[in-house]
Amino acid sequence: MMLRYIVRRSVEMLIALLLMSAIVFALGRVTGDPVALLLNEYATAQDRAELTQQLGLDKPLLTQYAIFLKNAVQGDLGVSVAGDRRSAMELVKERLPASLQLAFAAFIISVLIGIPLGVLAAVKRGTWIDTGARLGALLGQSVPVFWLGIVLMYFFSVTLGWLPTSGYGEWRHFVLPALSMGLFTVAAVTRLVRVSMIDALASEYIKLARIKGLSETLVVWKHALRNSLLPVLTYMGAFFATMITGAVVIETVFAWPGIGRLAYESILNRDFPVMQAVVLTMTLLFMLANLCVDIAYARLDPRIRR
Amino acid sequence: MSALLRKPIFVAAFALSATLLLVAVFAPWFAPHNPMEGNLLERLMPPAWEDGGTWRHVFGTDILGRDILSRLIYGARVSLAVCALAILLAGSVGSSLGIVAGYFGGVVDTIIMRIVDLAISLPMILLALLFGVLFGPSFNNIVVIISLVLWSQFARMARGETLKIKANDYIDLARSAGASPLRIMLHHVLPNVAGSLIVLATLQVGTVIIMEASLSFLGVGVPPPLPAWGSMIAEGRSYVVSAWWLCIFPGLAVLLTVLSANILGDAFTDELNPTLHEGRR
Repeated sequence: MMLRYIVRRSVEMLIALLLMSAIVFALGRVTGDPVALLLNEYATAQDRAELTQQLGLDKPLLTQYAIFLKNAVQGDLGVSVAGDRRSAMELVKERLPASLQLAFAAFIISVLIGIPLGVLAAVKRGTWIDTGARLGALLGQSVPVFWLGIVLMYFFSVTLGWLPTSGYGEWRHFVLPALSMGLFTVAAVTRLVRVSMIDALASEYIKLARIKGLSETLVVWKHALRNSLLPVLTYMGAFFATMITGAVVIETVFAWPGIGRLAYESILNRDFPVMQAVVLTMTLLFMLANLCVDIAYARLDPRIRR
Repeated sequence: MSALLRKPIFVAAFALSATLLLVAVFAPWFAPHNPMEGNLLERLMPPAWEDGGTWRHVFGTDILGRDILSRLIYGARVSLAVCALAILLAGSVGSSLGIVAGYFGGVVDTIIMRIVDLAISLPMILLALLFGVLFGPSFNNIVVIISLVLWSQFARMARGETLKIKANDYIDLARSAGASPLRIMLHHVLPNVAGSLIVLATLQVGTVIIMEASLSFLGVGVPPPLPAWGSMIAEGRSYVVSAWWLCIFPGLAVLLTVLSANILGDAFTDELNPTLHEGRR
């Protein structure tokens, strides 16, 4: 059963990925002449013809797409039109680790702050802790992250001088970007955990656990919390989507050397091959992450495996 | 609604949204200066309460000497216009598809919902960036891009609600009375799903405003010289040390707008779905 579910989801993912690649391919062909992008103004008609043939642009569109796919699978998505014309895929590979580290840090922050805060708000329901957590979560979900990044940078780096404004390397560089990126997701996790904890605490099995005389700590942090984490898992899909947007804007604000900033640079330079490589890589990662979440969810909740 | 009016936070959010809407619609009456014309002699003036500020430019001026308050007011117009148009476009296309899928079921349903699933599984923000790079920033593009991100959620909700409505006797009655499917969908299904769809639309307002601001911040949103909050933040970013007001005020404008939209959205959701009601339980 489980295996069939994984196979089905993987096939669905491949279809979605193919669709994305087709959209990217079509957009590239519709809006620009790749030959004109690659040649300089002194190119002769013969240069054009040669390059057209070399790139396979004289072939039918479907054949071109097949060639594009074949190259893409082998990691060849063309060269950057800006600067030193490096391979687009190589640029992405070089920048990817920094982005993954930042996303991981934001994830840790969301879980470490969001879950305890949500539990606390549910347990202390109606008190000032609850009100504070709810207000904080509401604010956290309403702040534009790139602006928050700038404000935090102004306050902690420029005014107080505690943390570096930008750069990458040691832990101090992580604090501000990860906090700015994580605040929105902390807010979302807090809200989700709070609502599902309130439900869990009112349920029969918690009454039973209390009647059995288990300590309150055990009841709340083990029995109730374990059943409240499932909604958090479903939220992970949205979490990854937030991380993608967050990566682009936050990496731009803090000059973080990741693929989000690479995406922004390629926007500035109208560098389509690089943009294409970033989009396809991020899509692949996004879908793989969602696949893992779905599989984990199906393991925990057998009703999902139809 | 009367219960809502007794909550101060709801009343505050409602008042703020109404004011914003009013200011945006009647921007020329409220804005003290032309938002796109600057006086270079008055560039980078601080807000009125700081040293060197004047009450003629309450929130100061930007790099080109344009009045920040006037740009904020016209920026509200741009943000709310993008928001209204994108939600209207996504809402009408998505809801129509969802109602059709739910009403007819079978192959139509399968095809439409497969497309919806695909749209949900793609990281649409990346497509938005790609579109922005290829077609350049323009007001129409940003509306279309944002609707592309939103429509699938409307389709999902409209389909689910339609399935619930379809089980009612009055739909069977209308059908046996000879009403055409189009008539049933328009007169019997749509009015009954409209409530949930409007709540969904309210919940989207905050998301759309942040999305528009983010895209404008990245330079693929509303093109200059039209004032947009996101691009104002982007312009002010490099001056944050010497002229904090360039960046802080537009950010606050986004924050307050989204905050009040989110409060209203939450309140409407609670009203429509009392089982989720957080306050009363």
